[in-house]
Amino acid sequence: MNKVKLQFKPKSRWREFLGEKFIALNALVALAAIFLIFAFIFKESLPVFTDPEVKEEASVDKMVFKQVYYEGREPKYSWQPNSIVPKYSLMPLFIGTVKAAIIAMLFAIPLGVGAAIYSAEFASHCLREIIKPVIELLAGIPSVVLGFFALIVLATFLQKTFGFVFRLNAVNAGMALGVAVIPIIFTVAEDAMTSVPNSLRDAALALGANPWQVSLTVVLPAALPGIAAGVILGFGRAIGETMIVLMASGNAAIISASFADSIRTISATIAAELAEVVFGGAHYSVLFFLGTLLFVFTFLINMGGDYILTRIKVKFQGRLK
Amino acid sequence: MKKIITLTLVLLFGVSLLNAGGNITIKGSDTLVRLGQRWAEEYMKLNPGVVVQVSGGGTGTGIAALINGSTDICQASRDMKEKEYKQAEVRGIKPYRVAVSLDGISIFLNEKNPVKELTFAQLKGIYTGAITNWKEVGGNDARIIVYGRENNSGTYAFFKEHVLDEEDYSDYTQTLPGTAAVVNAVAKDVNGIGYGGIAWATGVRYAAIKKTDQDQAVLPSMETVSNGTYPISRELFWFFSGQPQGELKKLVNWALSEEGQKVAESVDYIPLPRELAEKNKIK
Repeated sequence: MNKVKLQFKPKSRWREFLGEKFIALNALVALAAIFLIFAFIFKESLPVFTDPEVKEEASVDKMVFKQVYYEGREPKYSWQPNSIVPKYSLMPLFIGTVKAAIIAMLFAIPLGVGAAIYSAEFASHCLREIIKPVIELLAGIPSVVLGFFALIVLATFLQKTFGFVFRLNAVNAGMALGVAVIPIIFTVAEDAMTSVPNSLRDAALALGANPWQVSLTVVLPAALPGIAAGVILGFGRAIGETMIVLMASGNAAIISASFADSIRTISATIAAELAEVVFGGAHYSVLFFLGTLLFVFTFLINMGGDYILTRIKVKFQGRLK
Repeated sequence: MKKIITLTLVLLFGVSLLNAGGNITIKGSDTLVRLGQRWAEEYMKLNPGVVVQVSGGGTGTGIAALINGSTDICQASRDMKEKEYKQAEVRGIKPYRVAVSLDGISIFLNEKNPVKELTFAQLKGIYTGAITNWKEVGGNDARIIVYGRENNSGTYAFFKEHVLDEEDYSDYTQTLPGTAAVVNAVAKDVNGIGYGGIAWATGVRYAAIKKTDQDQAVLPSMETVSNGTYPISRELFWFFSGQPQGELKKLVNWALSEEGQKVAESVDYIPLPRELAEKNKIK
C-alpha cells in the first residue's frame, strides 16, 4: 500500500512536462535578451559604416587615424564631439580604458591572488570562514560609492603621497577599479585552489615538503589555469566598469603614456554623453559603436575566462560541470 | 495574449488621461533643478491637487525630452540651438521660451590661490590650453588644473560660446558630472580652476572677471549679475511646446510673480528685474 503512495501518479506527468518547458522558456528568454540587446546596439551603430552623412563626420578611418582638423595645424587624435568641427577619435578613449585596466590589474592581482593563497592554504578554518565572506562582500559595494570615495578621499591621499600634478588620474581610477576587481579574482582563484585534490598535497607532504613548498610548487601551479580565469574575468570587469571611472578618472581624453595624467574611458564616455545626443546623428551612432566594441571585448574576455575555468574542472575532476 | 496587450494599453491610456488634469513634469538643466524643485514645492502647497515633478539631467537632456514630448516644461541654462529648433519643427513642436531667472557663471579658484582676477582673454587661454601655468596670469609657478562640465551641460555650451568663442576646450580639461563635483574638485586642488553657477559655490573662492584689461574686474554677486555689470551672466529659461495654457500658464506666471521670484532669491538664484519679469508673463 505504501509503495503505491510513493509512486507519482500518471496525472502529474503533464505538469512535469509544462514545468520543464516553462523553465526552458526562462533560460531562452535570458539568451534572447542578450542576443537582442547586442543586435540593437549593433544596429544603432550601423550608420557609422553605411550612412554617408554620418561617415562624413565619423568614418572608421576618422575614428582610428590621426586627422587634420584645421588647416595648417598638426594632425592629431582628438575626442571633441560637441565642437563646431566634431572630432571622434577613439584612440584617447582606448588608451584611457587600457590604462585604467592595467592599473586595476596591477593592484588587484597581487592582493586577490595573495588573499586566495592565504585563505585556501594557510588560514585556519575559523579565520577562513571570516575572510572569504568579507572579501566577497566587497563585490557588493555599489560602484558609485567606490567612485565617490576615490573622488574625495583616495585622490587626495595619492596626490599627497606621490605628488601627482593631476589629482584625478589613471592611478586613482585604476586603484578604485582594483577594489571592485579583487573579489572576482579572489573568489575564482580561491575556488581553483581548494579544488586541487588533496591527494596532490598529501603526496607532496609525504615526500617531505613543508607547507610553503606544497602551496607554492604544487597547489599554485595546479591551480594556475583557474587563477588565470579569475584574472581574465576581473579584467573584463575593469574594462566595462563605468561609474567608478566616470567619477575618479578626470575624464580628459588625452593620449599619453603617463599614468599620472587624467584619462577618459569608453564606458564613462558612453555614460556621460548618451543622454544628450540627437537620435540617429553621428555622435549617437559613434557612441553605440563604442558600445558594440565594449560588448564584444567583454564578451570575448568572459568567454575566454569561462573556457579556461571549464578546462580546469575537467582536468581535476575528470568531468564537465 | 492579445487581450492582455489591449487591456494594458487601455489602462495606460486611462492613467495618462487621469493625470492630464494636474500633473506637470519639469526636466532639464542641472543648474536650474534646485530652483525648479523649490518652485514646485511652493506651487503645490498653494494649489493642492496639482502634482509637479522636477528632474535634472542637463539642458540637452531636457530639450530632447521636450522634443520627444516626454516633458511639459524644459528647464534650460542656454537657448536652444538652431539644430534643436529644426528637430522640434520636424516633430511639429513650436518651442515657446520664457526667461525665468538670471544666473552668473562664476569662476572658482582654490582659496589658497593668489590669483584674484582674470580677463576674458586669460580665461579663454586657460580653457583652450594656450595658458598652462599660473605664472602666466600672475600666480604661482604651477600647472593649471582645468576642471569643466560634461558636454551635455548647458553651462558647458554657454561657456564655450561666450568665453571660448566656440573654440574647443583643451584636451586636458577634466570633465566632471555636475557643478557640485567641480566645486569639490577645486576646493581640494590648490591649482584648480572651475566654472559653474553662482548658487553652487561653497568652499571655494570666486575670481573677479573683466572683459578687457581696461575694465574694472567684477566679482559675481546678486547685484552685479542683476544689473548686468558681471560679464559672464545669462538668462535661465523655461521652454514649453507652444504657448502655455491652463495650469502651465498659471505656473509660469506665478514663478514670474514677486512671490515666485522671492523663492528664487531664497535659494540663491538671481531674480529677474521686476519690469522684465512682468513683461515675460504670459497674457
